[in-house]
Amino acid sequence: MRINIDTDVCIGSGQCVLAAPKVFTQDDDGFSELLPDHEDGAAGPLVGEAARACPVQAITIT
Amino acid sequence: MADIETISFPQDRTCPYHPPTGYRPAHRGPQAVSPARLFDGRTVWLVTGHAEARALLVDPRLSADRENPAFPVFTERVAETASRRVELIGLDDPEHNVQRRMLIPSFTVKRTAALRPLIQETVDRLLDAIIEQGPPADLVSAFALPVPSMVICALLGVPYADHEFFESQSRRLLRGPAASDIDDARDALDEYFRALIQRKRSDPGEGLLDELIAQQLDTGAVNHDELVRMAEILLVAGHETTANMISLGTFTLLQHPDQLARLRASTDLMPAAVEELLRFLSIADGMSRVATQDIEVGGVTIRTGDGVILSTSVINRDEAAYPSPDELDLGRNSHNHVAFGFGIHQCLGQNLARAEMEIALRTLFDRLPGLRLAVPAGDIPFKPGDTIQGMVELPVAW
Repeated sequence: MRINIDTDVCIGSGQCVLAAPKVFTQDDDGFSELLPDHEDGAAGPLVGEAARACPVQAITIT
Repeated sequence: MADIETISFPQDRTCPYHPPTGYRPAHRGPQAVSPARLFDGRTVWLVTGHAEARALLVDPRLSADRENPAFPVFTERVAETASRRVELIGLDDPEHNVQRRMLIPSFTVKRTAALRPLIQETVDRLLDAIIEQGPPADLVSAFALPVPSMVICALLGVPYADHEFFESQSRRLLRGPAASDIDDARDALDEYFRALIQRKRSDPGEGLLDELIAQQLDTGAVNHDELVRMAEILLVAGHETTANMISLGTFTLLQHPDQLARLRASTDLMPAAVEELLRFLSIADGMSRVATQDIEVGGVTIRTGDGVILSTSVINRDEAAYPSPDELDLGRNSHNHVAFGFGIHQCLGQNLARAEMEIALRTLFDRLPGLRLAVPAGDIPFKPGDTIQGMVELPVAW
């Protein structure tokens, strides 16, 4: 599973962080980024939730 | 579309926590997007389907630009305002994006979590005063309004000592009643923030407004008038909305003792309970947009120049998204409600609002375990349908 965040589109709402706090964080500017040590296998369903919660559809999973 | 009943919008709620019964034909009808009539006779599209609302709110063919002459307004007093420009929430990208990005760092999950001790301290102090004074109390003026008002003041760097001034101007801005109230309130707030920004330039403090002066105004990224109007929006949106959620949330929990008992039994339930209250109450009911191109949605064609109104209270009761939608169920999965909107304009302060609601409601019911309405529920006034929903006052005893 690959998670892609489009930071040009991101509005920093933090909804991904709320949905999957072990996978996403926000940088100092507020934009979504992946935690360096995230385990994407275990957090699969939550990553899907995060993508669905994103108000600007900036997260894609491939 | 002759067979579809055209309802009028907005309408007053008959129960403060349910959508107006007059929206029911649209709500339960076959159409997720149906015609509705505004006060001036104009017909607009009323969006009531959850999937359709989420699709439309991310669609760049719908504009939030209040200066577009075709932008729908649903009260006469808004129609009569002299200036329609609204920073941030009334702008489209790319202009909107520039302003939003200036503010994002101050409203992240992390920065909001760091405000929790301040919120807790504010809530504790207000409850100390209420308890010392003894019952009865008006929970709106003694608690629901001052909690977010004090917090947004601290965040922005606005002196709370001025709260009576800006709370009364916010009330005029959002509720009138006179047509001139909106322009007059805006002028008064403009003048207040112009003077405050001037003072801060010679004597800077530590709030978000001080940061914006140093990082955005002094570098020319925003001009003085834009910053004044941005500050107003942050201040008004920062206290009016959350105040209504705290007062109406409390009223709703008191009217659903089984749900309140669940919440008392498990504090872990609080984040889910706040989401469900947001979904169930949908206090910002009626987001407006105008189409800048034709859009096919829900079996209809929205034409260029058509007005679109999204009724969050009805959208958040869509059976396809939430089973038994008219039941308050604090344990349900209420995710993906549109109470904060969706798309590029989704509420900037939503994480702060969640923290304020969690701390305010938990501490209120902890410290006043016998909390109850001091008068019959039906005697308590609530707000009309053309503004943010909530209680005008909330007399309680314990």
